[in-house]
Amino acid sequence: MTFEVLNMSLALPEMFMLAMACTILMVVAFLGKNSAKMAYILSQLTLAVTAILIYQSFGDSGVTFDGTYIKDAFSDVLKLAICIINIAVLLYSTSYLKDRDLFKGEYYVLAIFSTLGMMIMVSAAHFLTIYLGLELMSLCMYAMVAMHRDSMISTEAAMKYFILGALASGMLLYGMSIIYGVTGSLEIATIAETIQAGGLDNTVLSFGLVFLVIGIGFKLGAVPFHMWLPDVYHGAPTAVTLFIATAPKIAAFAMAIRLLVDGLGDVHQHWQGMLIMLSVLSMIVGNVIAIAQTNLKRMLAYSTISHIGFILLGILSGSQEGYAASMFYALVYSLMSLGAFGMIILMSRQGFEADNIDDYKGLSRRNPWFALMMLILMFSMAGIPPLVGFYAKLTVIKSIIDINLISVAIVAVLMSVIGAFYYLRMIKVMYFDKPIQQEELQAPTDMRVMMSVNGLTVLALGIFPGSLLAVCASVFS
Amino acid sequence: MIALSDFLILGALLFSLSVAGIFLNRKNIIIILMCVELMLLAVNLNFVAFSHYSGDIAGQIFVFFILTVAAAEAAIGLAILVVLFRNKHTINVAKLNELKG
Repeated sequence: MTFEVLNMSLALPEMFMLAMACTILMVVAFLGKNSAKMAYILSQLTLAVTAILIYQSFGDSGVTFDGTYIKDAFSDVLKLAICIINIAVLLYSTSYLKDRDLFKGEYYVLAIFSTLGMMIMVSAAHFLTIYLGLELMSLCMYAMVAMHRDSMISTEAAMKYFILGALASGMLLYGMSIIYGVTGSLEIATIAETIQAGGLDNTVLSFGLVFLVIGIGFKLGAVPFHMWLPDVYHGAPTAVTLFIATAPKIAAFAMAIRLLVDGLGDVHQHWQGMLIMLSVLSMIVGNVIAIAQTNLKRMLAYSTISHIGFILLGILSGSQEGYAASMFYALVYSLMSLGAFGMIILMSRQGFEADNIDDYKGLSRRNPWFALMMLILMFSMAGIPPLVGFYAKLTVIKSIIDINLISVAIVAVLMSVIGAFYYLRMIKVMYFDKPIQQEELQAPTDMRVMMSVNGLTVLALGIFPGSLLAVCASVFS
Repeated sequence: MIALSDFLILGALLFSLSVAGIFLNRKNIIIILMCVELMLLAVNLNFVAFSHYSGDIAGQIFVFFILTVAAAEAAIGLAILVVLFRNKHTINVAKLNELKG
């Protein structure tokens, strides 16, 4: 009998992160109440070292752990992005948590475990790893939303998130079980081979596919599976909203690519129609309902839904360029939403959430620099050149014009025009309305610097989008 | 001899029952949590049936993982339920209406 030695080095970043997550858990358990600062420093260190480990192993690729784990250029780039974004998320959230008596070690333990779940999802090559990564990520996030235990809306949001999240996992699993039955395998590469070989029952395969798409739709927040998104974004403490709104979207995008493209790429015509429906509905519902919102977090939640519609456009095109375009969009989107939710945290202080649009009245007079940063972020989300959001929209729309879905492209353009309305209203409120309050900004220096870096990155990537576009394109070639 | 299709029909019935339970129930959150568990069990039945009839063991291993995760999920769900009850003094689904728009 021979034993195959596992090539563990491919999963080194994950293993390091798991070890550190357990260490932080122990530190928090033993230090008790005073552990938050220590946990914060250790978490930042963990994310930074993991990012370095991922960066150093760029270029290596392979499948290990009996075909359950894959490391390729796609997973490297996305994992690096997840780590960097989460460093920024933790940096933004610290002062918010301190002001609300939520600065506890648990937040950081959950955040690190959740990040580990995202990384496993991105590197999954097997239905089991996708499921376990997804659950590790989601279960931590349910707990994080409920962290503000005395808040009525936080707990309500957590309950809604939990029920719909569990429903989504159930749908996804049911789809997986049907596809397992048809193809006889749980390994994504084997499933792809079996489908390519042909001779399968296409009706049953499509039946399983419907459930997979529903599960993915729930996790991404595409209409008509978006019900949880506005409530959770609104109800959760802003620091947690920031966490949920950024890196998990990248992970969910990776899950969609692994399942639909890597696994079921050969039955592309079966899922294309479903994704067109989800994408068009998301763009319409997201943009139109966002106009009616007065709460900024809720408005950004609906804007998320519309951005998800755009991300799906690239996936449904079924071409390498399309996948690269939607990867670019997903990365850029999480950078922009990092800035937008970060801004809400920056403006908030003890006893003041800064989550109403009216709270931003006359920001340009109180604080011209951060008003400018918000202006950059809003223009970028609206897709106005020369900011990076423009290139993101341009590349996905180009990818669907290439496959002659002109009508869908027209809807996308029309909806981004409607979407511009509420982003511009935000800018109007900041620049042309009279300020209602005069309080000084209380944010610490590291956060101000981070915010400036965030805004300027959006600007810089907009002027020089070439390098990131090239990275995305190289992943799929 | 029980055919594969019988297991699948039972699985599909249980699954539909649980989804209907989540959407139709307007009274009690605990019933929703029970429906979520039922849903995962319906999936497990599917996996075991496919695994048995195709002679591939991987599906049965998957079931162990689903059972374990379901236990963790139930723990978190019930914890959130307790926190919710402390705040609202009710677990009526219709009273979950602070957030809308």
